[in-house]
Amino acid sequence: MELKFILESILFSAQQPLSAKALRDILVRAAEQAEDDRPRAFKKVSLDAINDALGQLAQEHGDAQRTYRLVCVAEAWQFASEPDYAPWIKALVGQKNRPGRLSQPALETLAIIAYRQPLTRSEIEQIRGVAVDGVMQTLVERGLVEQVGRAEVIGRPITYGTTPVFLEYFGLASLEDLPAADELRKVPVTKPESLLTVDPGLATAPPEQLILQENPAAGENAPASDAAAPAPHPS
Amino acid sequence: MSEYKVKFEVFEGPLDLLLYLIKKEEVDIYEVNLTQLATQFIEYIELMRMLDLDIAGEFLVMASTLMYIKSRELLPVDQQVTPEGEEEAEDPRWELIRQLVEYKKFKDAAAQLQALEHRQENVYPRLPSKPEFEPEFVRPNVSIFDLINAVNTVLKRITQREDLRDIFEDKWTVSEKIEELIKAINERTQLKFSALFASASSRSEVVVTFLALLELIRLKQIVAVQSEQFGEIEIEKALPGPAPAEAAAQVESTAVP
Repeated sequence: MELKFILESILFSAQQPLSAKALRDILVRAAEQAEDDRPRAFKKVSLDAINDALGQLAQEHGDAQRTYRLVCVAEAWQFASEPDYAPWIKALVGQKNRPGRLSQPALETLAIIAYRQPLTRSEIEQIRGVAVDGVMQTLVERGLVEQVGRAEVIGRPITYGTTPVFLEYFGLASLEDLPAADELRKVPVTKPESLLTVDPGLATAPPEQLILQENPAAGENAPASDAAAPAPHPS
Repeated sequence: MSEYKVKFEVFEGPLDLLLYLIKKEEVDIYEVNLTQLATQFIEYIELMRMLDLDIAGEFLVMASTLMYIKSRELLPVDQQVTPEGEEEAEDPRWELIRQLVEYKKFKDAAAQLQALEHRQENVYPRLPSKPEFEPEFVRPNVSIFDLINAVNTVLKRITQREDLRDIFEDKWTVSEKIEELIKAINERTQLKFSALFASASSRSEVVVTFLALLELIRLKQIVAVQSEQFGEIEIEKALPGPAPAEAAAQVESTAVP
């Protein structure tokens, strides 16, 4: 009997998501209660072996293109339906009990915290360029973000990080699972050689800048505010 | 005119507005003409003022930074001022562009999080309820006599051990034991009767633990059940409602939404 199928059978009947550790506990318990030899063979399975088997199982379920998947959320495994089938499941079990959607500022702030944690409020404000007091309060109240420590700088300001609720809310296995994590975690924005507006050696703009000035959107014209604000011309 | 006041919250801050202006120009952030951008930014602030919008302080700070950059570019390099106390001042243009690039990345990341948020709304986890195989009558509630009988066995065991002991003080109170029991039952939801007394070192501790147990049963916090006749007595958390320990109700309490 294969480990992955045993895990599958446990997860299929599980009433809550189970971590690899919880699954191992069940294997141990089954071995202790066993009346025949089969469960005893899986008494000393390592966490690595369980994780490997779960990964393999998830892969197989994904490849099978069924309407449900084996997913890992906040390091616990469970079966879940594919989003495409939500209308029918909703008709069966009703709307999911979820708090309202996050606002744009909340999502931006949360993204900064998620990728850069731990960090202080002023570091967040530096990136966003605006105060984040109200947004931070919302995020903390919803349990998506929590205080994780204090920075070793003057005033020892509080540092913030994301919680397991954050992972659950977005359906992420772990912080490694964040989209484009490598790129955003450290931001080594390198200074370009000479992409700046005006060649620093010149007092006035070079010719191509003058050409740009002829652009109707530039100069004294007000920015065409069709997308953002249907507003009258300022002059 | 006051009825035409608009609630205007399209831009989250000056960086957001700058990104919008850059996007409108259809140029790369690194190649943007900051002088031109400064003009547009200030025009926009003028517009917001005309629309009678509250302009946040951050916008004014950005406007002044842009004006500084613009004015600096009017001077030849050798005449540009270096802020005091800084040997090789960072080019303010570069500083602003770096900030914009970084902000843009997180704005994009926020959009991805939003996509995940919406997706997750439609993912339904499989949460089966616990199958109920045991008929209720197989697990009768234990009577007080069964309990006394059980504790008597424990006490006999303790008495045998205690023969050679000296006198010592009673360090246990019923209320402490009640707290301990509640904690233990919350952690494990089920305890064996014998396990309650496994660590008891004296007769008085057994008695105090037993009194705590009785008190909790009286308060309907816990119930004592026996899965089979003459089997081990088990202590479980009582379920809310008039009829505790009904096996069917157990499903409700363990299912996590």
